[in-house]
Amino acid sequence: MTRIELTVNGEKHSDEVEPRLLLVHYLREVLGLRAANIGCDTTSCGACTILLNGRSVKSCTVLAVQANGQDVVTAEGLAPTGELHPVQAAFRQNHGLQCGFCTPGMVMATVGLLAEIPNPTEAQVRAGLEGNLCRCTGYHNIVQAVLAAAQAQAEDESAEVSA
Amino acid sequence: MIPAPFEYVPAESAEHALQLLAEHGDDAKVLAGGHSLLPMMKLRLATPELLIDIGRLDELAGVTADGGDLVIGATTRHADLAASELVRAEAPLLAYAAAQVGDPQIRHRGTIGGSLSHADPAADLPMALVALGGSVQLQGPGGTRIVSADDFFQGFFETALQPDELLTAVLVPRRPGVPWGYQKFVRRSNDWAIVGVAAADGRIALASMGPKPLRAWAAEEALAAGASPAEAAALAADGTSPGEDMHADREYRRHLARVLTRRALLHETG
Repeated sequence: MTRIELTVNGEKHSDEVEPRLLLVHYLREVLGLRAANIGCDTTSCGACTILLNGRSVKSCTVLAVQANGQDVVTAEGLAPTGELHPVQAAFRQNHGLQCGFCTPGMVMATVGLLAEIPNPTEAQVRAGLEGNLCRCTGYHNIVQAVLAAAQAQAEDESAEVSA
Repeated sequence: MIPAPFEYVPAESAEHALQLLAEHGDDAKVLAGGHSLLPMMKLRLATPELLIDIGRLDELAGVTADGGDLVIGATTRHADLAASELVRAEAPLLAYAAAQVGDPQIRHRGTIGGSLSHADPAADLPMALVALGGSVQLQGPGGTRIVSADDFFQGFFETALQPDELLTAVLVPRRPGVPWGYQKFVRRSNDWAIVGVAAADGRIALASMGPKPLRAWAAEEALAAGASPAEAAALAADGTSPGEDMHADREYRRHLARVLTRRALLHETG
């Protein structure tokens, strides 16, 4: 067993884990955070996407021990006060989901994408989400949701600047 | 899927990693981003007894210019390689190749040293390094040696790296302004190249056309003798030994190699 200490959604955690424990299993089974889904388990589908030090990663292909000392954010951490994160709100308003299984991963990949490219073109959104699969094939509204979230974030920022 | 049990040691330095390798040899595997190794371990295709984690060693990450070469630390992640101003200016083919690996999440984790040591013949970075005439720096108990990309890749997932050696850096000649082309034929985003071609400065490298990234020697020689891109590209599949799978049979891969080489020699990307 190996001791890991990491920050998850702003809270410090310290646990003894087996080195082979995957980060997604740590989040779901040790911490009880079930937003990150296990879809393909082969780094393909992106349902388990979380932010590791602010960057989107697939937590089925990261060991919990590799996250030692790092900062993790899951979809649960986006709305600590209960008010939807702008990306979550945009997915809701644009019907950016059908069955919802891919949604936490799509949302986290989007948060990561908009941190890197705040005002993406549609092509950049599609390329930026190529690591996330939607088996309902609901990509059109997902792309619209991401573009709307980018717009909303830009408006928020300009409101802050003028205020 | 859960890997078989193993011991885990985060290396405190490259030196520490080398000591552990000297002690454990073949029973140990070096872990950086883990995006080739962990999938293999989950499938139990790899069952190392010890993982030596070099993924957080700052001394092995980053890009610097040293004389005629760019020196790229082994744990430099694909996303950082693709975004590096230095790489984009002086080895643009490599920055482009790094941006073609997998998807954004994979590029946030995977490292250049990991991809090269894994040596998948369909992968982007091994092909790019061969096309650029780059080399790798291997550190072992007897010191450091530099091995050219042509000699480093030896066969299917096989390299010149010894069990007690660590790939510490990648060297790429600085050639700002040299025209280049890159072609990766896939059916879906995120897939491995069915055939890939990278060309720069008279060198042509092929992915998925044999057990390792290959040079298109006949096409290169024709170019050097004054052939047009179309004439040279017609020879691109000579001397190759592509495999067959559900995506393509051998003859189709040879056809793709010729078509994609012509496009790469016309400096097209795609």
